[in-house]
Amino acid sequence: MIVYLLCFILFLVGLFGVLTKRNVIKIVIGLSVMEFSLFLFFALIGYIDKGIAPIIVQNIPNAKFVDPLPQAMVLTAIVIGLATNAMLLAIAIRLYKKYNTFDIRKINSLKG
Amino acid sequence: MEIVLSIVIVFMILGAIYALYAKDLLSALISCGIVGYGLVICFLLLQAPDLAIVQIVVETITLVIMVAVVLNSTREELKEKAVVNIDGVSYVHQRYIVNVILVVVFALFLLYFFKESIFTLDHFGEHVTRMSTAYIEKAAEQTGSANLVTGILFDFRGYDTLGEATILFTAVIGILTILRAKGKK
Amino acid sequence: MNGMTPIVKKVTQLIVGLIFLYGIYIITHGHLTPGGFAGGAVVAGSFVLLVLAYGSNILKLKKREEGSSVVESLGILLFTVLAFAAIFIGTKVFFANYLPKGVIGELISAGVIPLYNIAVGIEVAAALFTIFLALVIYKEEVLK
Repeated sequence: MIVYLLCFILFLVGLFGVLTKRNVIKIVIGLSVMEFSLFLFFALIGYIDKGIAPIIVQNIPNAKFVDPLPQAMVLTAIVIGLATNAMLLAIAIRLYKKYNTFDIRKINSLKG
Repeated sequence: MEIVLSIVIVFMILGAIYALYAKDLLSALISCGIVGYGLVICFLLLQAPDLAIVQIVVETITLVIMVAVVLNSTREELKEKAVVNIDGVSYVHQRYIVNVILVVVFALFLLYFFKESIFTLDHFGEHVTRMSTAYIEKAAEQTGSANLVTGILFDFRGYDTLGEATILFTAVIGILTILRAKGKK
Repeated sequence: MNGMTPIVKKVTQLIVGLIFLYGIYIITHGHLTPGGFAGGAVVAGSFVLLVLAYGSNILKLKKREEGSSVVESLGILLFTVLAFAAIFIGTKVFFANYLPKGVIGELISAGVIPLYNIAVGIEVAAALFTIFLALVIYKEEVLK
């Protein structure tokens, strides 16, 4: 059970980074750490003790396989995480070109 | 097995904490790489070679892009002091009190739900989900592929793959639109 | 942007073909070893290595990323055509597996899954390379 608790602590570290930091790059790093903790949690649920990777080979007759369904879900989620990070960085490039800083408290030209 | 996994996850937590508190943005990005590559080691220990290959390449490309964005702009972290001295009396900045209270409230809230739900799972390494036995027995005959993960991805859950291809395509279109030069006349 | 030192250029010249071939091997044997997404990512990695080592001055890249966008669109078009073809051939259900399944473990087996693997592999490789080009090399187009 202690691996689940450590995984949850990693999620809290990422959440702390998103909520309290002022720099846009640190917010992107915090979001990325949150996503990694979720991938780890899914892979931990599907593990069976003394199991092998889910590929059928001819000369091993009866083998215990690790659960393949969470692995298929995490495979989709990794690519989606890359797409989200790339869009955030494109917005960060535009913000720097216009305001010349990465501070989110100085980006307030819609205020008023 | 649990001990080795716990040591690797503790290294990842230390790397993540340093990445959020570094003074230089380039050091913070390298620490973010520690978390990513530690995840690759965890995937290999959990018998998932498919995920390890994808995670290595995607993590490398993400780090290259972030370093290119940071090197073309400022490299320093914003400075702010926590305790301010006015006329000999020290005041704590108001933002810091709100931050600490907010984080503690969120952490307690999520910890309560975590404690309620984690005891429905069995011990680590013995939990069997409902569909896993059905998939492992039937997947080889009904799809005909030797790799069970590919058979599930393209045959039993094909709509998820269709949705993911659409998301990747939409993200590329979105990036090309945001970074376009000002329009032609 | 400039390239790197001559040692990096020479080693890249020797290795980048092997990485590309390894990526294609992973894609086409997608039903026997890790499948289409992993192979697509490795192929994109080989292209990124080539551009980073030689620099965009020497390679004379075009002004906009037209080529890789077109390849990515072709990849996802092939995926959709294969999914719609299931309505007209064999079982009359959208997105079903309609080619005959051979012996498990051979190269030609598992119905229509190898064709899906090739389409997804092409699409993921081209999408990752387009994202890299747009965010690292072509961003000087912004606000000229």
